[in-house]
Amino acid sequence: MIVLATILCPESGHFALALACALALMQGVLPLAGLRRADSPLTALARPLALSQCLALLFSWACLITASLGNDFSLKLIAETSAINKPWAYKIAGLWGNHEGSLLLWVTLLSLWCAGLALLPGQSPTQPEGLPLRLRARLLALLGLVGAGFQLFCLTTSNPFLRLWPVPADGMGMNPLLQDPGLAVHPPLLYSGYVGFAVPFAFAISALLEGKADALWARHMRPWVISAWALLTLGITLGSWWSYSVLGWGGYWFWDPVENAALIPWLTGTALLHSVLVVEKRNLLHVWCLLLAIATFAFSLSGTFLVRSGILNSVHAFANDPARGLFILGLLGLYGGGSLLLFAIRAPSLPTPQAGFSPLSRESALLLNNILLCTLCAVVLTGTLYPPFMQLLFGRTLSVGKPFFDATTIPLTLPLLAVMGVSMALPWRQARTDRLLPRLVPALLITAGTILPAFWLFPTPLAALAALLALWVISAALCDLFLRLRGLPAGDRQLHRLPRSLWAASLAHVGVGVTILGLCGMAGSQERLIEARPGTHATLTGRDWELTALTPHHGPNYEAVEAHLTIRRHDAHGPVLADLTPEIRLFPQQGQRTLHVAILHRPLEDLYAALGSVKEERDPRGQSHYSAILRLHENPLASWIWLGGIIMALGGGLHLLPSRRRPKPVEGKVGSCH
Amino acid sequence: MSASFPLTRRKAGRFWIILACLLCLGGAVGLVLNALSSTIVFFMAPSQVLAHPPAPAQTIRLGGMVVAGSLHTGRASDDTPEARFDVTDGQAAVTVQYRGILPDLFREGQSVVALGRYDGHGFTASEVLAKHDETYMPKEVADALQKSGRWDPRFGPPPNAADWNSMTVPRPDTPPGPGAAP
Repeated sequence: MIVLATILCPESGHFALALACALALMQGVLPLAGLRRADSPLTALARPLALSQCLALLFSWACLITASLGNDFSLKLIAETSAINKPWAYKIAGLWGNHEGSLLLWVTLLSLWCAGLALLPGQSPTQPEGLPLRLRARLLALLGLVGAGFQLFCLTTSNPFLRLWPVPADGMGMNPLLQDPGLAVHPPLLYSGYVGFAVPFAFAISALLEGKADALWARHMRPWVISAWALLTLGITLGSWWSYSVLGWGGYWFWDPVENAALIPWLTGTALLHSVLVVEKRNLLHVWCLLLAIATFAFSLSGTFLVRSGILNSVHAFANDPARGLFILGLLGLYGGGSLLLFAIRAPSLPTPQAGFSPLSRESALLLNNILLCTLCAVVLTGTLYPPFMQLLFGRTLSVGKPFFDATTIPLTLPLLAVMGVSMALPWRQARTDRLLPRLVPALLITAGTILPAFWLFPTPLAALAALLALWVISAALCDLFLRLRGLPAGDRQLHRLPRSLWAASLAHVGVGVTILGLCGMAGSQERLIEARPGTHATLTGRDWELTALTPHHGPNYEAVEAHLTIRRHDAHGPVLADLTPEIRLFPQQGQRTLHVAILHRPLEDLYAALGSVKEERDPRGQSHYSAILRLHENPLASWIWLGGIIMALGGGLHLLPSRRRPKPVEGKVGSCH
Repeated sequence: MSASFPLTRRKAGRFWIILACLLCLGGAVGLVLNALSSTIVFFMAPSQVLAHPPAPAQTIRLGGMVVAGSLHTGRASDDTPEARFDVTDGQAAVTVQYRGILPDLFREGQSVVALGRYDGHGFTASEVLAKHDETYMPKEVADALQKSGRWDPRFGPPPNAADWNSMTVPRPDTPPGPGAAP
């Protein structure tokens, strides 16, 4: 035991981090040199170097976790964010809730993606469809260069293994808001999505270096785009759910720069996901696809490092730590600017495609999807960057919030949804109207049949219109699946005979529709704020909410008060619908309070109660009465927002599963294998 | 079906692409400009509000310190909590009316940002923000303090709440009532 603790001491972790940095640099330089000289021993080094870099980083995590579980407050990071009485799970999860730890997480996830790439079976005589070895070596080298830069950043300016003297007896404790299971998994998920877009980025740079971006290249890149996209989708979904269920402000998306920083790469990543398909199937749009891959990773980088670190939002944060800010700006300039420069030099010399397509074809629909998604991204980017730039250039403080984003994103999302419904039914190259229309009729009929109910159920015409379009997307995806099943030969009409990619796309589209329906439902949410003593009744949308009791209780490192609410149908004598117990917790160590919202998820609505604060009043006879400030919500279709996100990610995951049968040869040309 | 289309067809295709891009971009620019002119919210300190009152329909963010002793809380007829307090930047004070839950860390003598409208007499807030940190001062409030000459970042951190209270200048027409603390 002691031996283990000695091996896993923080100094070993620090050393392992430095070793990983050196290995990453070698992984970046040696294979590239090997590829230049057609020297295979150097090229073959990429794989072992990537694996050993990953092991070194995992070892440094093991050291950091050991120190945190062992309450080693001589480490600055642990003294600042942990405490003896913190639950053990949060001693681990709290490690990535701060700048140094999240940076270490970032580089470790990058090395895990590298390891995944290295472990994937390469091209061999028995497996001609595997990743070509030279391409893999180049990808690993490029990812090694990215990793080396950020590991150097971690070592020089944000080292998680710095010691502290004198050693405090107890730590300062974590921000209690972060003590939540959702937030423990949220950063790893979101970061693996962010970091995952480094792989398509490496594919793009490799294509630019080689001067070749063909259908085969796109086919190798697509699974990596999809897996990064699916993880980012899950990360954003979880983040929004956390905002809804933990922050207790009643909403799910604040249009905060931190949230937008995740949305922007998601939008370009979704565009990339669709344009890769066009490159793979039709060998078109490859220059555009390269640009999207570079932009997505650049947005992920700036999202993680500029926005989350607060540099963009306050010049003070930059001024407090100029070394950190300059290093990050340098890295972003190097990777973002360097790759764009390479793009500008090499992209015009890439071979231009010879094929064309008609305005009514799947290519056109996917192109329109790309244009709309990129416009959406530009709008969100403008809204996010406008306030800091106005502040910096003109000294005017202003804020851009939900009204701005509502007014700009909704008109762009509606045509996107309309196109989504048609796109699945469109064939490649050219669609014939006489064949297209019958395919769309069932979905059109379903949508048309729900016009009146939609305008009756949803609170505003805009929400009803958006809901109709969402329904159109869902029904079009499902009808298309059904019609394709009917199109199979009569004896072979089984669902699993359909290509897995078709299932995946339909599922992802259904997910988008479900999320949009949830957003439309939430537009009609009702809320009431009351100050109540036990026994008080309040009415909200025809239901009776009663505060029955306020009871204190103790947690491991906090004190809490619970409010017991009983919700009845119709009125105060109706049947009981639910009991909710929202809670307020006081963490004496940090002097902070956190809200614990109580939510009853029902299929068509969420009943949501938050306890704002508890007051003690004394009456003239000296008896004390407690009263609580309560926020009561009824949120229609709220859980559909996150359900849709999960369905989208599941669609991505389904696409990644290995198919049981060899895929049929795709329509159109597939580039020659090398 | 042939693998490639004649050149004229390709040119026509390119025309559609460029048209779609231009339409989208034009639409987006129009939307953004329209939204920026109508939905952005400017930050104002109380002295700015009094010197240049915004239009009654315009939503602004009012930021400053809560004047000590100015907070009055009550309850409306439908059990909604109500609050009234004064916000100052050291030069002038504005009375804020708010229906809703004040944030946990709302304290007299500490910084606050209120979102709402000013009708020439008082400020009606739809949202009141105070950060979950005793030492935190919203950047806007810190800037307003600097502008009003109450704090120079070259001479150390912003003044703490206790010092700030002694610097506040109550509004001449409605002096905050004594002993109004809850």
